[in-house]
Amino acid sequence: MEHSKIKLGTLDRIILAIGYFLLGLFVIAIIIPLAYVVTASFMDPNVLNNQGISLRISDWTLEAYKRVMEDSMIWRGFANSFFYSITSTALSVFITLLAAYPMSKKELVGRKFFNTIFIITMFFGGGLIPTFILMNQLRLVNTIWAIIIPGSFNVWNMILARTYYQSISKELWEASQIDGANEIQYFFHILMPLCKPIIAVITLWGFVGMWNSYFDALIYLNDATLQPLQLVLRSILVQNTPQSGMIADIQSTAELAKMAELLKYSTIVVSSLPLLVMYPFFQKYFDKGVMVGSVKG
Amino acid sequence: METKSILKQKLLYVKKNWLLYVFFLMPALFITIIFRYLPMGGILIAFKDYNVRLGILGSEWVGFDYFKRFLSSPDFMQYLMNTLKLSLYGLLWGFPVPILLALLLNRIRSVGIKKKIQLLIYAPNFISVIVLCGMVRMFLSPVGPLNQVLGSNTNWMTMPGAFRTIYIASGIWQAAGWSSIMYTAALSNVSKELEEAATIDGANILQQIWYVELPAIKNIIVIQFILSAGNIMSIGFEKAYALQTSMNLPTSEIISTYVYKIGLLNGDYGYSTAVGIFNSIINVILLLLVNWVVSKLNEGEGL
Repeated sequence: MEHSKIKLGTLDRIILAIGYFLLGLFVIAIIIPLAYVVTASFMDPNVLNNQGISLRISDWTLEAYKRVMEDSMIWRGFANSFFYSITSTALSVFITLLAAYPMSKKELVGRKFFNTIFIITMFFGGGLIPTFILMNQLRLVNTIWAIIIPGSFNVWNMILARTYYQSISKELWEASQIDGANEIQYFFHILMPLCKPIIAVITLWGFVGMWNSYFDALIYLNDATLQPLQLVLRSILVQNTPQSGMIADIQSTAELAKMAELLKYSTIVVSSLPLLVMYPFFQKYFDKGVMVGSVKG
Repeated sequence: METKSILKQKLLYVKKNWLLYVFFLMPALFITIIFRYLPMGGILIAFKDYNVRLGILGSEWVGFDYFKRFLSSPDFMQYLMNTLKLSLYGLLWGFPVPILLALLLNRIRSVGIKKKIQLLIYAPNFISVIVLCGMVRMFLSPVGPLNQVLGSNTNWMTMPGAFRTIYIASGIWQAAGWSSIMYTAALSNVSKELEEAATIDGANILQQIWYVELPAIKNIIVIQFILSAGNIMSIGFEKAYALQTSMNLPTSEIISTYVYKIGLLNGDYGYSTAVGIFNSIINVILLLLVNWVVSKLNEGEGL
């Protein structure tokens, strides 16, 4: 509050001016591509092709959105991604929170041993092919389990949860013990309600990570009906092949190319909007997560 | 006598607290052993002529043939250098940006404006890799907006010389804001009194940053640096693969995309695994090396 009273020197002013300028530049660099995509998604395909975006209302159309919304692959991708993200996150959070509990006890016999076993997997693994062969032998390839099960324990999140547990007073457990509670009762009824911030954080991270990834699905899912949204998007945006349902009625190749380009923009908007709209509501949990994560550092 | 009683004590602990092991720890151990450790056994196929019918153990040994093949192939140096350069340049350009952003955000006195800017610069983090790469491809395509503005029709996506710039710049666009969270959080813990005292003592902004703010985030910078440097060889498959075109492969083919192509697309299991192992080993060495260097510089404190 005293800041207004302290006079800034000339050098400080120059530095501040340059700083704000750079920050402004960065903010603009973030906005322009996003705004461009949104605007372009409403353009008439011919206008988009000839001059890019235009602000005349007569050049705007909802055509692309209609085509994207009517496409069943996009919706199936949404449904699949939603299912994978929810189930894998729920399972992973559960297993991870459970494992973090004994690991938070300094007196646990074998703690060092288990810790080493877990930590090694953060830096070293069998690699792509050995893992693929194993998944194949377990008959998991081309099933939803290939996406959900292998990642259902996360060492990094375990460390975060463990650190968080350790910040909660040990006397709480001793008191519950006197009241006759066993570890399971204590864990679910006393400890978990106190850990909401960390649970929120690893749940959100897990969900966003799963929603946005495509590598596992690319490797393990061949069946088109099982594909998550990101793989559907990959074929539209990266491989340049619009879903045939979106463009079935277009005959001329030139028209097709223009429409395909337009469809990319509207597909991006439709597919990215849910997370972009929702994340500000969860922002405070992410902020907390950073604090939790830096406890150790 | 004494060791015996310690062992007895330990057994007693396990017996008394069996729930901790059976209920809490078991699921995680199960997943870890099956999906993390069993594949490590599969590393054997890097030394074998893998045959599906014979299985991993039954296949014939070939020794270090795959490693020799990879190390002596002209591609080896290229893919290794592509991986290293993409990572190193990415680290060099990308690492300072979040720190700078956090220092700048810290100078904004209006909480409302600061919050709005933060919300905005975090947003790209929630866009998926595929969508990001899709956007990049569209913006840079010969008929895309950048060419429309410049009045040219360059196809940057097919230029090997442009790949790294595209990859790194889009990475900064997407992640720099989000990565600044940690530094911003740490800076908000710096006591305001300390800063004000410095100001009253006549310290200018640069001096405040140097003596007050940077020391406050030093530890986080160190940890972040070790983590990123340790991940140099594990640079992501997803983004590089999504930005590859057949024309920019001279710079865009990195070890992870190469492992995927020869392994899963061409079915050369043993060779692909050998290349993967090679990559892991370099990664572990780098991690240990960086950790060692930093702990020397940082008065014995590494990770």
